[in-house]
Amino acid sequence: MAQTHILSPLPGTYYRQPAPDQPPYKNVGDPVTVGEVVGLIEVMKSFIEVKSEHGGKIVAFLIENEEPVMAGQPIIAIEG
Amino acid sequence: MKIKTLFIANRGEIAVRIIRAAQELGIRTVQAYSAADKDSLAVRLADEAIDIGPAQAAKSYLNIPAVVAAATRSGADAVHPGYGFLAENADFADAVEKAGLIFVGPTGQAIRLMGDKVSARNAALAAGVPVVPGSEGRVDDLLTARDVVARLGFPVMIKAAAGGGGRGIRIVGDMEVFERLMPQARAEALAAFGDGGLFIEKLIERARHIEVQVLGDGHDVIHCFERDCSLQRRRQKVWEEAPSVALPARVREALCASAIALAKAVRYRGAGTLEYLYDDATQAFYFIEMNTRIQVEHPVTEMITGLDLVRLMIQIAGGERLSLRQDEIRVRGHSIQVRINAEDPANNFAPFPGKVETLMTPGGNGVRFDTMLFAGYQIPPFYDSLLGKLIVWDDTRDRALARLTRALRELEIGGCKTTKPLHLALAEDPEVRAATYDTRWLERRLDQNALRLT
Repeated sequence: MAQTHILSPLPGTYYRQPAPDQPPYKNVGDPVTVGEVVGLIEVMKSFIEVKSEHGGKIVAFLIENEEPVMAGQPIIAIEG
Repeated sequence: MKIKTLFIANRGEIAVRIIRAAQELGIRTVQAYSAADKDSLAVRLADEAIDIGPAQAAKSYLNIPAVVAAATRSGADAVHPGYGFLAENADFADAVEKAGLIFVGPTGQAIRLMGDKVSARNAALAAGVPVVPGSEGRVDDLLTARDVVARLGFPVMIKAAAGGGGRGIRIVGDMEVFERLMPQARAEALAAFGDGGLFIEKLIERARHIEVQVLGDGHDVIHCFERDCSLQRRRQKVWEEAPSVALPARVREALCASAIALAKAVRYRGAGTLEYLYDDATQAFYFIEMNTRIQVEHPVTEMITGLDLVRLMIQIAGGERLSLRQDEIRVRGHSIQVRINAEDPANNFAPFPGKVETLMTPGGNGVRFDTMLFAGYQIPPFYDSLLGKLIVWDDTRDRALARLTRALRELEIGGCKTTKPLHLALAEDPEVRAATYDTRWLERRLDQNALRLT
């Protein structure tokens, strides 16, 4: 099966969950659809949603929660 | 002067500002930096620099043990917290003093007292300073609530006692709606916070944000007059002026006297700011809170008084008594500061952490640009969007506005979207020119799409 990546739209800090006291948007093995929110990027104290451009199944998270990311950096691997 | 080496526990333009003030006093400077700020202007300008951790603020600039350990290791005898980050963290002030270093600011105890809204309000009341009229403490039944609103008059705000950050606030215009909303607010507060206690406060409509700069040495307190910071977006100041053109002389005198009374009551040490709401229609002012640190907009006060507030706060921390008398502080001319942020005003102020390809900074008489930018600088995405502050001074407000437009046109930050177009539009807006704004004016103007933002 073909693997694709969800890329960070902006540089900043990556979050896997909508708020510290809430569960992650997605876990390995979860299905994703096009346009679905899969994470947040904090950039200059604003929070920007990361939306998937692909549909499929999550096979790996390539960045740890709360770690810095660059614009265009792959953050989630999808099989679809 | 007890301070030989100053550790700067901050970043960006304020770190640059502090380094400059310290170096002019013959003090050695040590700049703290995160992984994202290794190549910053502050690191370049400081005599020394120390790595305090990863890019994320929580792991570096907000990490108390890491900052205190670095300050101690650097051989510094004092720590300047700047603004934001740990500047108003009482535990940090205590930790610095416990490590045997001087905290450039008030005592942890004063930060705690003025940082808590309820204790600050009580301290203000005790010092005879007017606060926003409201219920005396919690209101738990409708009968008491009716008495309170009869005294205050409408409109009022109903706030959940256990709420915060704007949650659980209702604005009510008449008794009929009030009778309906009170029980509803109570039930909701109980469900949301586990506490049905409510506060009732008078709503001050069309208020200005006016604040008074004070300096204390733990014994005496002087004021350096007021700033008008009413132009705000999402409760963030974007444009600040000194003095305020809204205040009649007698009101200015009473306002500044009230600030002195409150700062003296808490034996304030260092630079501080008392924030008020001001109602043009009634000429009444109401204390809202005190900021126990240097503020972003301090340069406008420096421009109209000729003082160097950052130098003075370092001297006070170094054990010097205030040598200025109140009658030596005089206002001359008018000053305006605009915040140049890495945000795209044409795209709903979206953050723009770009690279500064080229840089042309404004100059000339009465123009000051406090910034951490240089050509080739990559703006990190991890911190706030402030890139610099353009400050102008002239002998009248009209002249200062003309100078601001001229200086803004000279400023070119190549490759980056900034708030420069917003300020060019504001400088020419008839209502800004007439200074008839209140704290909600800018958001109303932006909602009407009445400003040219490209």
